[in-house]
Amino acid sequence: MTENAVKKVYRTTPEEVDKVRKWILTEDYKEKNFAREALVVNPAHACQPLGAEMVAHGFKDTLPFVHGSQGCASYFRSTFNRHFREPAPTVADAMTEDGAVFGGQNNLFEGLENAYTLYKPKMMAVFTTCMPEVIGDDLTAFIRNAKSAGHVPEDFPLPYANTPSFNGTHINGYDSMLKSILEYLTEGKKKDGAPKESLNLIPGFDGNTANYREYKRILEAFGIPYTLMADISDSFDSVCDGTYRLYPGGTPLEDAADSINAKATISLQKYSTIQTMRMVKDTFAGSAEVMPMPIGIKNTDAFLMKLSELFGKPIPEELKAERGRAVDAMTDGHQYVHGKKFAVYGDPDYLLGLVSFMLEMGMIPWHVLCSRSNRKFEKEMKALLETSEFGTGCNVWINRDLWHLHSLLATDPVDGIIGDTHGKYLARDHKIPLFRVGFPIIDRINLHRTPLIGYNGAVNLLSMIANKFLDIVDDTSDDQWFEMMR
Amino acid sequence: MSKTIEGITTERSEKLITETLNEMPEKAQKKRRPHVGANEPEAETCAVKSNRKTIPGVMSARGCAYAGAKGVVWGPIRDMVHVSHGPIGCGFYSWGTRRNLVQGVPGVTSFAMDFTSDFQERDIVYGGDKKLEKLIGEADQLFPLNHGISVLSECPVGLIGDDINAVTKKMEQELGKLVVPCNCEGFRGVSQSLGHHISNDSIRDFVIGKREFEEPSSPYDVALIGDYNIGGDVWAAKPILEEMGLNVKATWTGDGAIEEIAATHQVKLNLIHCYRSMNYMCKVMEEKWGIPWVEYNFFGPTKIAESIRKIAALFDESIQEKAEAVIAKYTPGAQAVIDRYRPRLEGKTAMLFVGGLRPRHTVGAYEDLGIQITGTGYEFAHQDDYDRTSAEMAKGTLIYDDVSEFEFERYVEELKPDLVGSGIKEKYVFQKAGIPFRQMHSWDYSGPYHGYTGFEIFARDIDMAINSPTWKLVKSPF
Ligand code: SF4
Ligand code: SF4
Repeated sequence: MTENAVKKVYRTTPEEVDKVRKWILTEDYKEKNFAREALVVNPAHACQPLGAEMVAHGFKDTLPFVHGSQGCASYFRSTFNRHFREPAPTVADAMTEDGAVFGGQNNLFEGLENAYTLYKPKMMAVFTTCMPEVIGDDLTAFIRNAKSAGHVPEDFPLPYANTPSFNGTHINGYDSMLKSILEYLTEGKKKDGAPKESLNLIPGFDGNTANYREYKRILEAFGIPYTLMADISDSFDSVCDGTYRLYPGGTPLEDAADSINAKATISLQKYSTIQTMRMVKDTFAGSAEVMPMPIGIKNTDAFLMKLSELFGKPIPEELKAERGRAVDAMTDGHQYVHGKKFAVYGDPDYLLGLVSFMLEMGMIPWHVLCSRSNRKFEKEMKALLETSEFGTGCNVWINRDLWHLHSLLATDPVDGIIGDTHGKYLARDHKIPLFRVGFPIIDRINLHRTPLIGYNGAVNLLSMIANKFLDIVDDTSDDQWFEMMR
Repeated sequence: MSKTIEGITTERSEKLITETLNEMPEKAQKKRRPHVGANEPEAETCAVKSNRKTIPGVMSARGCAYAGAKGVVWGPIRDMVHVSHGPIGCGFYSWGTRRNLVQGVPGVTSFAMDFTSDFQERDIVYGGDKKLEKLIGEADQLFPLNHGISVLSECPVGLIGDDINAVTKKMEQELGKLVVPCNCEGFRGVSQSLGHHISNDSIRDFVIGKREFEEPSSPYDVALIGDYNIGGDVWAAKPILEEMGLNVKATWTGDGAIEEIAATHQVKLNLIHCYRSMNYMCKVMEEKWGIPWVEYNFFGPTKIAESIRKIAALFDESIQEKAEAVIAKYTPGAQAVIDRYRPRLEGKTAMLFVGGLRPRHTVGAYEDLGIQITGTGYEFAHQDDYDRTSAEMAKGTLIYDDVSEFEFERYVEELKPDLVGSGIKEKYVFQKAGIPFRQMHSWDYSGPYHGYTGFEIFARDIDMAINSPTWKLVKSPF
């Protein structure tokens, strides 16, 4: 190559910037953006093993064990650290290049032995990163071999799940790991006779620790004995009292083992518990119920009525009063959100719950986006929207990402966005507020400590949204329109 | 005379190490022993071994080669589209989580976003090269003001035998822009470090020398290497160099522009801050273009003044005069910061565990504030980093490489520092135990910490961490 072939350093001109800045807000750009076939920009979903890890943290004395690359494990951990501002103790067996050639059995052996000795867990929940999935490691055989070779005792619980990230999202990893743990712990534990007066409650993938506490409070108000599955409330909202505890919370393993004998199992997230609930239905003594996440009044009503029906107990007065107060807050506050349009994105079950609440409030879920889902979800969401005049004309976008949403917000704008932290650039670009709901929230504190489910959750959601719009009015109004009351 | 710290002795450290490692299975003990030691400041080479495979199952803080490539080297370059090539997770987790700030209009001229091929089963089975080719075209069409595209391979790509280099070569010709492959699959190497190296190699092979600066060169042209603009570090460091009379032609890679990076072979001197992640390129530029390089340290006024003089000594008197003027101008301000905070921090101790540079480079800044470092270690450093560490640390202090959470907890429990400076994965472990903590990768959402302006913020943050009244609430009265 001659000297002349070397180009001069190019610097973008202000004219070019101006042109493109305007162009990305146009219909023309939207069309090209939506014609994308290969490129994903700013997705709103994570990978399978992250969901599996969340489940593992939700069981008492359980150490999440990542079979595969350590880099992935560091990413999962730091994502939890940032969202909850809590530790997320997890080990990896750190497969490297030789693992890629010979498989990861030796890493697994050594890893199990070290982790067992150092961190003294009562169970290790094993799940995989992409690497062993691509090379085809046989986890079933590896784990059997690990036990027979004495790396961990024969009777040590080692449930495991394959969680390939090129297939599904974090909610599928959640599902696979939960199924595996429950299958493992309940094996051979079924007793003869009538099922126990007890409920298994499965919240699904949820990064809001206060929701878990709220579920427990509701069940205690009913007086229903329960086992809350993959209960991360104490694992990821643990006390600061001068002592670090490796395993500060989680579902007790004995309770999980006995869950096979419970009278009923309710999953509050259909799409993140498909396999688990199939297994429950096939093997557990009691009934298997799948309900929408109890966000908003109607979904909470349905949940409480189901509890009442299953256990023959009246709805507690305390919860009836809570309902009344929530409805009071909603009727009082409707004027601040009525008819406002929103874009909402996240996981399928969360979306179904949020949209149900929005329709109750007279809010318009104009763009509903799930960056990885299927036709079934799309159909269900559309059916939900059709139940209300506030759903008329609303759009459901599946397998579209937050950059698609950028175009939508430019060409078909809304008043606010509901979703996790990753939407903050959209909010800024389009000068509308972001209401942080979902996972992960890595730029605000304590939001996971405010429940969004149940009647109290409805009040919290409404307050967060309505008060923000009122702040905006106060912050942006001219002097003559600024006033004491709102 | 080497430094000493009261109560810290080689014997105490050795005993602590032995007792801690004794709790590990024998094989793990044997593997870990060479990675921990008591500091010997006079020794020619540090005895602590590094850059070896992490032991499975011990809970290491390390990341992978992809993290080193995407997070460290490529991600901060503001005007490129960085494609996380493979499944969804890696790109999602590294999206906006390193705090390498950039100028520009997001989505128009700067691209701190998550671009990914979101591999599905069929891509694993049939290969992802076709998809990649299409993807690059789409990215260029939708983000036309990008000045280049980097393709960062995740684990599966290298395992299924894709040839991303052929695709990028073809697309570079088609687009007339820099399209750079980086084979940084996470299973390569033992930590982020190999990702740095592979990225440096990609810059060497596919970027540098491909552009030239429009403006005429001057004897004062330099490049800032290994500053990633965490919390605005570059913006605190660059003005100092400019005030010294130097022309900073390119920053690698914090708030960096790829076109300028590609022309860096024209500078007269490379100034390197993070030696670990970018020494390779400095050496390449030295060999190929005869550009000398010098290490410097912009943490804390003592090291900053030393560094300013060290850099100025490589230039003529006019620069040296300006350098002295810079020091004279900023030293009173720095002294005022010390006067304010040192009385509140004098005699405190801290333990560090960070990436590849800060465990030694920040020691001076702590010392400026009267804080002594009783233990330090790296996630992914090499022998040359540890050799550079010994002299900075007091005799007998603990040096730990790729420390596991198990060990780190024990070491902190025994040495009882007033502060731990490490990463997000360690932060809450120690805070639960009531120990003040600052994240030293991300500056704990603060910064900059570089330069004189950075020192003031650093001092405020360290004081805030150690002297926050909240720590007094940890023990309840009942
Ligand atoms: S997508 Fe695969 S390689 Fe990336 S973080 Fe997830 S498991 Fe790891
Ligand atoms: S300064 Fe440390 S954390 Fe930053 S890139 Fe260098 S080695 Fe990594």
